[in-house]
Amino acid sequence: MELTFSPTEFAKSKVLAVQEYSLLAWQSISNLVRHPRYVADMLQQADIIGFGFLPIVLAACFFTGAALALNSAASLSRFGAINVIGQLVSVGIVRELGPVLAGLVVAGRNSSGMASELGSMVVTEQIDAMRALGTDPTKKLVTPRVISTIIMLFFLTILGDLMGLLGGGVVASALLGLDYNAYWSSAWQTLVYSDVFMGLTKPLVFGFIIATIGCYFGLSAKGGTQGVGRATTEAVVAAMILIIVVDVFVTRLLMLLLSSY
Amino acid sequence: MPSSTQPLVGTGASLVSGQDAIVFEDVVLSFEKNLVLDGISFRLARGETKAIFGISGTGKSTILKLAMGLIKPDSGRIFVLGSEVTAMKEEELFELRRKLGMVFQESALFDSLNVEENVGFRLMEEHLPYAEIHQRVLEVLRFVELEHTFKMFPSELSGGMRRRVAIARAIITQPEVLLYDSPTGGLDPVTSTTIVELLVKQRDVYKTSALLVTHRLQDAFIMATHTFNSQTNHMEPLPEGKYRNLHTNFLLLRDAKIIFEGNASELVYSQDEYIKEYLSQ
Repeated sequence: MELTFSPTEFAKSKVLAVQEYSLLAWQSISNLVRHPRYVADMLQQADIIGFGFLPIVLAACFFTGAALALNSAASLSRFGAINVIGQLVSVGIVRELGPVLAGLVVAGRNSSGMASELGSMVVTEQIDAMRALGTDPTKKLVTPRVISTIIMLFFLTILGDLMGLLGGGVVASALLGLDYNAYWSSAWQTLVYSDVFMGLTKPLVFGFIIATIGCYFGLSAKGGTQGVGRATTEAVVAAMILIIVVDVFVTRLLMLLLSSY
Repeated sequence: MPSSTQPLVGTGASLVSGQDAIVFEDVVLSFEKNLVLDGISFRLARGETKAIFGISGTGKSTILKLAMGLIKPDSGRIFVLGSEVTAMKEEELFELRRKLGMVFQESALFDSLNVEENVGFRLMEEHLPYAEIHQRVLEVLRFVELEHTFKMFPSELSGGMRRRVAIARAIITQPEVLLYDSPTGGLDPVTSTTIVELLVKQRDVYKTSALLVTHRLQDAFIMATHTFNSQTNHMEPLPEGKYRNLHTNFLLLRDAKIIFEGNASELVYSQDEYIKEYLSQ
């Protein structure tokens, strides 16, 4: 079999993919100022994402908060500073772990779900049929998913943060023998505006990434059911990696903006 | 049913007249390194049905997608209802597509919507009152004799029923041009004849222009030799050997080019060896 790999063609295809993704991402937002707007589709997607993911996000954040408290206790007890465990858990969960965990959990199911749903529509010509019927698929399918994911991930993160703190509190009081009220008081008082702002800005960015990546890979699916499977896997991997990478840049950017080093 | 005459947008050679529903001018298209269409030029008059033949991979379905503006050619110009599709942006195309209807090869029904929602999709997009949508969906389902499938999902329908629902979806707004992509492909002869009868009915009752891609020569010949009788609600054959002008013509593709364009009798009596062999199969 003849190998026909061309670095130029490979580079071109990657640049084209970035261009197409950027265009789709831009359209998904700019469609908001163009008619028609699909509010019913947006609410339907919000229901799927919000209530569908709630138990998983809450469980993931609760146990991560508990694990963080356990691990922190081991280090803090060496310095006799176990009483500040509430501060550590609260800053860790609200600034970083809550948004990232909620993002990764939603990316795992939502990106793949969107990619497989839209991919199936592409390979069965349903997307072409929609265009032929005079409906813009980016308005009907992409924008509602992007907006719903952004909004619902924001609220899921708030609830996830709360569950993370609760998980830390349960460990602190039940296993480490700390006063439960003192834990909450310390966790609450240590939080400042910049922590909350950072923790609630990230889900907006992550939600956008999750939905646009899922929709992009779905709409780019080629090659029948095998292609849909490939698109689904690629969407999950790309969304998760992007969340982790973008998190670093967003954190740094927000630190600079909020002058909190 | 044609509702309005479109202004002519085409310039250049001014080959597009108000009598043309679709015009292809020297259209060339390649997928990667494969030449699919090479200098395709033809015109579909208003009220005419043109059946497009050719072996698999000759670009028949591609012609329909080009006419609908779903893909763009590498070169050449395409006019639909006087508008130059090849020069229009996607946003502008959505407006034009509302005057066209397309039946896809595998029906392409929305599998998460039921028959009523599939057929009434366009009307729902236009935010018409539910009572009006319901009534029009019922009428068009009656036209394809599937009113009992109203609340069924595509997965619950047979292949032939799905095609008929797809036809209903395409004709609910009475488009000026219909594009049929192998509407009888993979169906049994009885169901195929039912579908062809629907196409004849649409042609003769509403005088819609149509491009029909098909592998089945007999379907196109039935269309060319039958007329729809509104009294009996069935199509009836013309006297044997007589090809009356039923506005049904033929177009044969080979190696990315058009090798024949004409009516049924011209096709049957063609002396071209390839055409003779093609017809004999």
